[in-house]
Amino acid sequence: METFIINKSIAILLILFNKILTMKSQLIIALFMGLLLTACGGNEDIPGTEGKKPESMLGPKTESEKMISEGRGIGEVKSVTLATPLEQDRVKRGKDIYDMKCSACHALTDQRVVGPGWAGITKTRKPEWIMNMVTNVETMLERDPEAQKLLELCLTRMPNQNVSIGDARDVLEYMRANDGEQ
Amino acid sequence: MKNLSLVLLVATIAIIGCKPKSGVSVATGDAATKVYVAPGTYDEFYNVVSGGFSGQMAIYGIPSGRLFREIPVFSADPETGWGYTEETKGMLMTSHGFVPWDDLHHPALSTTNGVHDGRWAFGNANNTPRIARIDMKTFKTAEIIELPNSSGNHSSPFITENTEYTVAGTRFSSPPDYQGSNPDVSINSYKENFKGYISFVSVEKESGMMDVAFQLQIPPLNTDLARAGKGPSHDWFFFSCYNSEQAFTLLEVNASQKDKDFILAVNWKKAEEYAKAGKGSKKNVKYAHNYYDESKHTTISEIKNEVLVLDPKELKDVLYLIPCPKSPHGCDVDPTGQYIVGSGKLAALIPVFSFDKIQKAIDAKDFEAEYDGIPVLKYESVLHGEVQKPGLGPLHTEFDDKGNAYTSFFVSSEIVKWNVQSLQVLDRVPTYYSIGHLCVPGGPTAKPWGKYVIAYNKITKDRYLPTGPELTQSAQLYSIDGDKMELLLDFPTTGEPHYAEAIPAELVKGNSVKIFKIEENNHPYAAKGEKEAKVIREGNKVHVVMSSIRSHFVPDNIEGVKIGDEVYFHVTNLEQDWDVPHGFAVKGADNAEMLIMPGETATIKWVPNRVGVFPFYCTDFCSALHQEMQGYIRVSPAGSSVPLTYSTGKVTKEAAK
Repeated sequence: METFIINKSIAILLILFNKILTMKSQLIIALFMGLLLTACGGNEDIPGTEGKKPESMLGPKTESEKMISEGRGIGEVKSVTLATPLEQDRVKRGKDIYDMKCSACHALTDQRVVGPGWAGITKTRKPEWIMNMVTNVETMLERDPEAQKLLELCLTRMPNQNVSIGDARDVLEYMRANDGEQ
Repeated sequence: MKNLSLVLLVATIAIIGCKPKSGVSVATGDAATKVYVAPGTYDEFYNVVSGGFSGQMAIYGIPSGRLFREIPVFSADPETGWGYTEETKGMLMTSHGFVPWDDLHHPALSTTNGVHDGRWAFGNANNTPRIARIDMKTFKTAEIIELPNSSGNHSSPFITENTEYTVAGTRFSSPPDYQGSNPDVSINSYKENFKGYISFVSVEKESGMMDVAFQLQIPPLNTDLARAGKGPSHDWFFFSCYNSEQAFTLLEVNASQKDKDFILAVNWKKAEEYAKAGKGSKKNVKYAHNYYDESKHTTISEIKNEVLVLDPKELKDVLYLIPCPKSPHGCDVDPTGQYIVGSGKLAALIPVFSFDKIQKAIDAKDFEAEYDGIPVLKYESVLHGEVQKPGLGPLHTEFDDKGNAYTSFFVSSEIVKWNVQSLQVLDRVPTYYSIGHLCVPGGPTAKPWGKYVIAYNKITKDRYLPTGPELTQSAQLYSIDGDKMELLLDFPTTGEPHYAEAIPAELVKGNSVKIFKIEENNHPYAAKGEKEAKVIREGNKVHVVMSSIRSHFVPDNIEGVKIGDEVYFHVTNLEQDWDVPHGFAVKGADNAEMLIMPGETATIKWVPNRVGVFPFYCTDFCSALHQEMQGYIRVSPAGSSVPLTYSTGKVTKEAAK
């Protein structure tokens, strides 16, 4: 199944197929950009991202470039302070959000279902990157090379699940618990 | 005066003499640039257009004429599942049972202080009398209320200035249907036993919830169209009527005998006082009230049993009749609330009545007669003046923001612009062909937005590429910015549009809902996360509590269903992103598919009638792997011992070999 999905010729077929279908053009454009790994920053007014105008969230270009190069992703979340031990009320809320909005695509193991499994994610990604991916996914898929690599791998655009910054922080805490932190 | 031969003569003149000679329009100059809405940019107005016999309401952009959406209202719609899903069936319930179709003629957009507020659109069902309320945040039908003692709900759902009431008047009088009345009467006893009713349906200020507040019982006239007063005439409502002859057969001839019929002037504020003081009589009736609970994504449908009926004959000062020539149709009130325009379908002039003069005549009891116990005002005493020789067959009038009126003429197929004060005709343009209603943005309100007038025509003929005997309907857009009206655009319309309103996009688009929050979904069978997906058997009912997200269903393998079972697929869309609906269809379903919006739960009932394995799939292209979004349900014979199982992504060792 996994090798089937990343098979290049199938991917090209998918692109051609998508070209014919005019609906959901945002997805198609994004799929194109994702596959070609072009970092396109000029498209600020894509319908459907209203209220999330990338420019207003990014600040000066240099700052966003700096964030991306440091692996913090792109979005409102500039820095996250983690506490030890884990905040258990956050973990509990994070689990409820996971069950409702994330579990359909992300396993708690390292198995990829629709998206990557979550096991180990807090060791390989910075907390800012995780929270920006959850709360600012459209821009992440357009601008962040790590997010784009994942799209190339999974070929399904991660949906905006309408998770607030506060809820994303709870999900992050749940991910830390999932990775065995105390 | 009026007889059949005159009707025929007028009709013949119309066909031979007045129809524009060719379909070639006279659009000139920069018309194209005035209607061009560049790709990715928005129209200036939403045009809310009745679907007529489609029973639905359609949303177009103006000035482009592009169709954005057809909102299911009174007609079942297998494309979306409206009227087919378990959640929406109740919206089409009536005292007659489930009614899957109606005839929607008039939208009315809610107003505050007479000005569009962008909250709701009301629509009337002409056939099985009802009023619907559409929520302009979701563009979905939120509520439908049936009207007792009513037939032919045509003069509806026009609204008062602050949307205090939406009204309904009977175009067809009939024997009342309250308990204790005898509806089993000879049609010949029309004058004795048939009644007309005007219903005032209150609209709750915050929620918009409707309730039949009171009804006026009137003589058996055919009340046709209506408008509320505004400003100085705020307390009044005006209804046109034909058939003051009280004919009940061959109305074409028999209801066209008298030189004048009436405009009914109703003092609704007074009637409201009487209703509150308990002056009417409560009648035992039966009518349905259905509304959609957005939190449960489900209809609440109830039958109500009581209505308060007021008798204007007894109450004396709630109803007066204004004589109006030749079978009046349109009855429109200008933005100042001072002038009431009557449009006689067979008239060759337009009478304009003055509200001040009406008040003076009432105060002075300046009546010329009584009609069935109701005072008739003197025509000359209440007349502001007549527009002379405007055209043939005036139907409806809308207003701009500069003191001008625009009247549609069916017989002479044109729009005529005239000045309300001076009554002088200023301009005329042909329509293609035989215009019915017309729309100026904000035209019926205290604050017309102006800019355009749109013609909704009854005849299409050669305007578009031919598509056999049945053609699309034809609308035309004209600019009214200058002194002369200028034809800009033809655009096709679905159903058969009657009335329409247009509202600035700015008043609506910012409120448009993008998703339903999954956290707030209180549907009893919602799967709020895949963990909650399951299959439950209750006797022969099998409830599949299913989730959907790009690009799979949970569960997608179901076994243990048997012949004789009723399967309910309750599908929750877990997406929380705009414009990612999922669809659901299962082989052999004898009802419909359904579309499920992000965060919503919808249910389709499926009764398998043969043994086998049946696929189901997502019908709304959702992702690159949309084609993979499918599943199977196995149906075994009655009495089979196959256990009830369900899963997604689980493969047995046996199958993996």
